[in-house]
Amino acid sequence: MLDTAIKNGGTEQAQATGENADVRAVTVTPRVDILETENEFLLLADLPGVKSDDVDIRFEKGELTLHGRRLPSFPGKGVAHREHPATNYQRVFVVADTVAADKITAELKDGVLTVRLPKVEAVKPKKISVRG
Amino acid sequence: MNRIRRNPLGALFNEVNSMQEEFARLFGRVSPFGTGPVPLAAPVNVWEDDQALYVEVDLPGVDPAKLDVTVTEGNQLTIQGERAAPDIAGATWVRQERPIGPFVREVALPALVDADKVEAGYENGVLRLTLPKHEAVKPRKIQVKAGA
Repeated sequence: MLDTAIKNGGTEQAQATGENADVRAVTVTPRVDILETENEFLLLADLPGVKSDDVDIRFEKGELTLHGRRLPSFPGKGVAHREHPATNYQRVFVVADTVAADKITAELKDGVLTVRLPKVEAVKPKKISVRG
Repeated sequence: MNRIRRNPLGALFNEVNSMQEEFARLFGRVSPFGTGPVPLAAPVNVWEDDQALYVEVDLPGVDPAKLDVTVTEGNQLTIQGERAAPDIAGATWVRQERPIGPFVREVALPALVDADKVEAGYENGVLRLTLPKHEAVKPRKIQVKAGA
């Protein structure tokens, strides 16, 4: 059963990829909201600075992997103040088999990724008509 | 408003990564008791060259029309705005980590800028500002005259 406690993850891993501090990238866990409606789950993830071409979403063996690559904004300019580095976003979820894996869709708008995970027909609520 | 599911044990999402984020969540960043998440952090990065400062503020999912950007005293940058909660009809919260509500960020810029010539754009959830440096702080090339 997958009805166990949510394991919330966070790996923050510095990976020096060059001498220039601007090139250095870390992998961070994006913050997400998960909402459930009758027919689907909605996963919202903050991926600021990521273009839709640089998002990779995979569903494999019951695992949904979100990955987004954020490129340096002003290469060549001097860094005057830094609160976040160039970032790779990654987060992995185990998704129950009540999700119709072949119908998962995703959209990126204003730095927010919305993944729609429709439920399989068998678990959607059905109205049962009562014959009198 | 959406309802909040109190019991996370019913969630259908399990996570593969470590518990680090969960501890951060439990000990301050986001209250586990439903009082709502912390304000949007809006982290700021600043780059510079001889001519200008280039500022980038992470504001995913914020309506740029409702952003209020001001420069006072030549180097005090203030960014105010609000991020709305997702409002999806009939939805139940399974997890809420993304900050919502009003936020204010104030940053002291590392150089005086010309507040009348600031350019601002919003793309991919990032506010980008180009702030030309004030004439007084731009580097000047001093012509050295050869001895007459």
